[in-house]
Amino acid sequence: MASSSNLIDALFIFVLAGFIGFEVIRRVSPLLHTPLMSLTNALDAIAVVGAIILVGEHRSTLAATLGFIAVVAATSNIVGGFLITDRMLRMFKASRPAGKP
Amino acid sequence: MTPEFAGNQIIIEVLYLIASVLFILSLKWMSSPTSARHGIWAGEAGMLLAICGTLLHHGIVDYRLLAIALVLGTIIGIPLGRVAMTAVPQRTALSHAFGALCVTLVGSAEFYLQTPHISPFLMSVLSVEVILGGLTITGSLMAAGKLQEILPQRPMTYKGQNVVNFLLLAVALVIAVYLVLHPDARNLFPFMILIALAFGVLLIIPIGGADMPTVISLLNGYAGLSAAAMGFVLDSKLLIIAGALDGSSGLILSIIMSKAMNRSFSNVLFGAFGQVQTSAAAGKEERPVRSATAEEAAAILAAANKVVVVPGYGMAVAQAQHKVRELFDSLSKRGVDVRFAIHPVAGRMPGHMNVLLAEADIPYDRLIEMDEINGDFAQTDVALVIGANDVTNPAARSDTTSPIYGMPILDVDKAHTVMVIKRSMSPGFAGIDNPLYYLDNNLMLFGDAKAFVGSIVRELGGGHG
Repeated sequence: MASSSNLIDALFIFVLAGFIGFEVIRRVSPLLHTPLMSLTNALDAIAVVGAIILVGEHRSTLAATLGFIAVVAATSNIVGGFLITDRMLRMFKASRPAGKP
Repeated sequence: MTPEFAGNQIIIEVLYLIASVLFILSLKWMSSPTSARHGIWAGEAGMLLAICGTLLHHGIVDYRLLAIALVLGTIIGIPLGRVAMTAVPQRTALSHAFGALCVTLVGSAEFYLQTPHISPFLMSVLSVEVILGGLTITGSLMAAGKLQEILPQRPMTYKGQNVVNFLLLAVALVIAVYLVLHPDARNLFPFMILIALAFGVLLIIPIGGADMPTVISLLNGYAGLSAAAMGFVLDSKLLIIAGALDGSSGLILSIIMSKAMNRSFSNVLFGAFGQVQTSAAAGKEERPVRSATAEEAAAILAAANKVVVVPGYGMAVAQAQHKVRELFDSLSKRGVDVRFAIHPVAGRMPGHMNVLLAEADIPYDRLIEMDEINGDFAQTDVALVIGANDVTNPAARSDTTSPIYGMPILDVDKAHTVMVIKRSMSPGFAGIDNPLYYLDNNLMLFGDAKAFVGSIVRELGGGHG
């Protein structure tokens, strides 16, 4: 549980990470916007760590049940998200050097 | 806390730190197709470290249930990673829903575990988490349903729609505030979630297929922000960072998409979509158009030096991208310079058209963004429009009464010759007539995109011997 100084720390992290996100994502080639979205989707499923603790700690049946569904949903995003991003990126090829006869 | 636990805790935090760095690198490497695959590896490594670190957590006792959940998630995830490229938009929408589901469930569990001993700040963040999460669940499912065409793609609007939506959201916020002040009123919590879920449905009802790229991006942003809020609730820096990255990615993409549709960002944020469609189909008269056969089209293309192909979602619907690749190969062999002009909202999600063309083996350096290629149309011999309509409509530049006035378009009308492959003269997705078709330098090629491009390729092959 977060104390108030932790909350300030958390706000700092949120704002700074948001800035990094903005600067990094701005530079992503529009070519790759679809794989970018599937990749961020997979990364966002890091929420699974919260769900894992709920299931693992088993503090109440309700918490464990909700956590169980949450782990399933997040894991499917991780697996599916990385798989499809990889499939898409493998398709992007540059021109072959000898283009013209 | 025993020293052993403290040591574990430090290891976990270090693993989370490394995972955060890997996530940022992962997105950084997405800047170019040459480094993007490193990005996936970084992302996967970060994810693996984070999950392993979490399993070290000292409170975890029930590994059996966890293993079942992880295996089940993997079983569901694999088919979701193998869908066809045309189905990627609905897959993405579905995964926004899954992500939001995870966040909302964890938030709900935390609410029941922590209340009534919860600080006002935490309760506020938790409310943000579950409201954003809840509306993203149903909103994304609705979007996925529309994209999959289970639900009608046509926008459904009624009078006072925005008022109803805002009232609903206001009620949810009032409940949230009440819960912040009285966290022991636990019975109200389910209502807050139900309202958020209902709001998500109502938010997407008025949205048509053409607005999907913006909507998907926006839902992506909401999913990210709700995950960041969850990071505050759980005091997890890793989650805050991942959520902030995902949130900013979604918001940037929504800004790009809304600019490409000539919508203000606030217009997008408040979900006021779908107005374009209402004011169509007025004052139409029969005007002459010129049409050409595949043979004529092939002759014109073969005589050209520079050709720009403008693909739209219609190309993907007709599954014509592989025939288009054959056309590209055939023309390139003759020494014709063929490039593809990609409008930011072509397709059903950001960048969708690039993926569809890359799947058809068209090299990515031939795919040119709108801003980069628009200046070149005046020096282009032939612009070949396949399955695109509104993004080529010159009325967006000149006709202030047009519903799409102000939307940036591809200036195909400036090319020496324009050829448009189209089934008939019926207006496009947004129901707006396209004056391009009546211009003197325009030729209509009536027919199915796949069949027509196929016959052009055959003609080219025949002519060449």
